[in-house]
Amino acid sequence: MTTTRPPTFEMQLIGHRDYLLRFARLQLRNDAWAEDAVSETVLAALAKPQAFENRSQLKTWLVGILKHKVIDALRHHSREISGMGSTEDDDTDPLEHMQFKADGHFSQAPADWGNPEQQFSSQQFFEVLDACINKLPASQGRLFLMREWLELSSEEICKELGLTPTNVYVQLHRARLRLRECLELNWFAQPEAS
Amino acid sequence: MIPLNRTCTQVSALLIAREDRQLPWTDRLALRLHMTLCATCPRFERQILTMGNAMKHWRNYDASESKSADNRHEPK
Repeated sequence: MTTTRPPTFEMQLIGHRDYLLRFARLQLRNDAWAEDAVSETVLAALAKPQAFENRSQLKTWLVGILKHKVIDALRHHSREISGMGSTEDDDTDPLEHMQFKADGHFSQAPADWGNPEQQFSSQQFFEVLDACINKLPASQGRLFLMREWLELSSEEICKELGLTPTNVYVQLHRARLRLRECLELNWFAQPEAS
Repeated sequence: MIPLNRTCTQVSALLIAREDRQLPWTDRLALRLHMTLCATCPRFERQILTMGNAMKHWRNYDASESKSADNRHEPK
């Protein structure tokens, strides 16, 4: 009989801390808020271990709690967050970086990104993607991940942060184009990426 | 008559906007029309769809599990 005891619930929770922090940091763009949200997640899990039954899904359960804590943080800091957007961001539309002729046609066709499905399990790809998300201006990055990680609708985002739809759409538009450009430069245009 | 002409610049903006909001039906129709006529915008559309797909995988990606994830994708 082996005497190694299974890791305690606390140990398991702590084992997932880095995973949770990565999301919280990217979403909140503030290390102190991120650390708070993750700590609150761990404390909530410790306070209600009975709420969790199927241990193989521990990570999924924790991410679910974290998302609530992160939304609380976004709400709590919504003033700071929505006040930042206009000053920090430049007013250029990234569509202008793309090559269009005066008549509105592409002067150079968008690159063929091939069929990158296999790359979506590669660690390098996600490192590049994380870096590109992190390179977005903070306000754009937050809105983008509220859509893509928290999976909120644009209407819900407006409500949570007290922003107008136009503002949210413009920022999401810029975020998506910037991300496209960053992925193209740093991944899809790299010969070794195939 | 409803004008359905869109330039590639306008179509690119619509393809991006579609990720975050429901487009009016006139824009949806104009988009479909443009896609049948244009050789370059479908490429841009595929890039946008690829990004959406990448984000779906990103949500569930865990660096500490990437080894086992890679194994699952060994050639069959």
